[in-house]
Amino acid sequence: MTAYRTHLLVCAGTGCVSCGAFELRRALETEIRRRRLDREVLVVATGCNGFCERGPIVLVQPDGIFYQRLKTSDVPRLVEEHLLKGRPVGTLMYVPPREREPVPRMKDIEFFKHQRLVVLRNRGRIDPEKIDEYIATDGYAAAAKALAEMTPEGIIAEIAASGLRGRGGAGFPTGRKWEAARRGQAGPRYVVCNGDEGDPGAFMDRSVLEADPHAVVEGLIIGARAVGASRGFLYIRNEYPLAVARVAKALEQARAYGLLGHDILGTGFDFDLEVVRGAGAFVSGEETALLASIEGRRAFPSQRPPYPAEKGLWGRPTVINNVETWANVPAIIRRGSAWFASLGTATSKGTKIFSLVGKIANTGLVEVPMGIPLREIIYDVGGGIPNGRAFKAVQIGGPSGGCVPAALLDLPVDYESLKAAGSMMGSGGMIVMDEDTCMVDIALYFLRFAGEESCGKCAPCRAGTAEMARVLARITAGQGTAEDLNRLEALAATVRHGSLCGLGQTAPNPVLTTLRYFRDEYEAHIFDKRCPALVCKALISFEIDPVKCVGCLLCKKACPVQAIAGELKEVHTIDPRACIKCGICLNVCPAKVRAVRKTTAPPSGPRDATAEGEGPR
Amino acid sequence: MRPSTSELEALTASSSGRPRALIQVLQDVQDRFRWLPPEALEHVAAALHVPLVQVYGVATFYRAFSLAPRGRHLCTVCLGTACHVRGGEAVLEHFERKLGIPAGATTPDGAFTLERVNCLGACALAPLAVVDGRTHSQMSEAKVEAVLAEAAKDGER
Repeated sequence: MTAYRTHLLVCAGTGCVSCGAFELRRALETEIRRRRLDREVLVVATGCNGFCERGPIVLVQPDGIFYQRLKTSDVPRLVEEHLLKGRPVGTLMYVPPREREPVPRMKDIEFFKHQRLVVLRNRGRIDPEKIDEYIATDGYAAAAKALAEMTPEGIIAEIAASGLRGRGGAGFPTGRKWEAARRGQAGPRYVVCNGDEGDPGAFMDRSVLEADPHAVVEGLIIGARAVGASRGFLYIRNEYPLAVARVAKALEQARAYGLLGHDILGTGFDFDLEVVRGAGAFVSGEETALLASIEGRRAFPSQRPPYPAEKGLWGRPTVINNVETWANVPAIIRRGSAWFASLGTATSKGTKIFSLVGKIANTGLVEVPMGIPLREIIYDVGGGIPNGRAFKAVQIGGPSGGCVPAALLDLPVDYESLKAAGSMMGSGGMIVMDEDTCMVDIALYFLRFAGEESCGKCAPCRAGTAEMARVLARITAGQGTAEDLNRLEALAATVRHGSLCGLGQTAPNPVLTTLRYFRDEYEAHIFDKRCPALVCKALISFEIDPVKCVGCLLCKKACPVQAIAGELKEVHTIDPRACIKCGICLNVCPAKVRAVRKTTAPPSGPRDATAEGEGPR
Repeated sequence: MRPSTSELEALTASSSGRPRALIQVLQDVQDRFRWLPPEALEHVAAALHVPLVQVYGVATFYRAFSLAPRGRHLCTVCLGTACHVRGGEAVLEHFERKLGIPAGATTPDGAFTLERVNCLGACALAPLAVVDGRTHSQMSEAKVEAVLAEAAKDGER
């Protein structure tokens, strides 16, 4: 085997690939050959590095130098300067927001500094398509230990002692789930990996499957041994083609190495896995619905109990855990439950991966210890809000979660605290919102989502979410009444209590939390016909400041409905009757002119409580 | 594109008599023809021993399946939460204007199908659109025309 002096680790996660990571890799390889460095320098494609905002990313090892937003045209200079002359290229490095000096080393970058990698320990380090690289970082050592040295009861006791709880949303203790399946009826049993990551704004499962598929496979082998399963399924979302391909490849390699199949590692244990592609239904992320989908049926949830651990796939005991939960298992077995339990809080152990997206400077995936204050995630890891805007809220936990306001920024992030705030851990999507995000519009967004994705089995969910969306749409259209707020709360209670599965039971959360923390915004829409964030089209208008307008024709040409009049070097005007409020004129107006502006009705004075109940007509 | 019997037989050969394989087989059919033609659904029902009503039930339940032919180019606009807060709707509306069709429809000449998706998990690139498998990140109204022109041009080659 050749020893290389330098490795170039090119991030090949979905984000970087979309920005041209594969073209970059080819360009690097070509240039390295041209410079005759190909015996000294190796280019490796790794899984998602997490700092997706800065892609494509290349990490140079062993120097630890982090290059970002690389273009193929940067390659000759990078190779010549860094690899040939040993001079790292400052202009290709990361410069923190509001600073001027680049930060050369990855470990010094704020985004990475505060993270604690357990599940993502191999991200950006190994080639996920090579089982040897996984094995070289202690991969499959835990499976070997579990199969050769531990009893099934011992494995379950270790997982239970670690305090690991389900990372898919509800946070059920993993050890207890396994124990129930272990005690279930004799005969065939199954293990299932839930990779149907449907929460909009969450992509940690995709990233784990792409960056370290063997960690999930190893977790499943250990779980199968613990509960006595001989078959398992990885159900992966259809929208994630790269994850499906990488997992399929991982299974092939594991089989070739005797880590799956008959008599694994000579221990007499038989187990195999297959990939099942999802078909695009949000509800299939619910565990009973997912099992129905594996059986080839429509993804309708069913009544629990019986829980899948008692009666799951084809009526047999089935352990179903989320991708991130499975990926935690090898680390716990290898390093011990005491080590794992030392991370996190009293009731939430270990780490959690969050996807930090929306109005945040450092978009990407972060893994942090449970219990970390929200403020640290948003400001230290996330770098705060870009463009000088103010933080308004963070929506945690997808359509089942809720919006957490600025007042709660010091909230520790764990299962219990989030629940108390009306939100939930969910799968860990964090969508950051600034003052330009309208909370009523966000509530409407999630209720429309829930209404569209409701499978239709329970009328309160099917009709209730649709009705809630209609009420919200009315409010955003400026036609809401004071009574609508009560109506929303009543509908929320009906949907919550009358739905069978978690999707319906939690669907009202985005409305309830925004009503709880941002009631003033609802009231502004209803009573003042005003959208403070300038988002809701019915309540805003566009106008051109005659003093600032230079008459450049840009907005006039861009307007898709010819609503703008005016000649060259004359002040332009917008015809409000023709305007469709698409905002294109605002976007094309040059930054140094800024003549186009959005307006809404002015705020009224404080309302007294008696007037509020009736509402203006 | 109309399926031939031999093609349908090839697609169902390994799943004959296995109702469990229904979704996977429909995915293969969808991948092959880009929609689920009625004769394919009938063939799948017979081959897998699943009642036709159940095949239609599954085919209409899941978003990945299309019961109408799709255009030569598939344009998908992401409306996940991250795309929503960064202006995904405005991008979709501009695609609708430029193509003259609402989301979910196909242009009369069969060139473009416009679809919306609830999150592609590439939220750092928001708002994004995928045209014929190619991801366009940080989309804006201004980029829509160029993206469509590029797809149309690629189709000619």
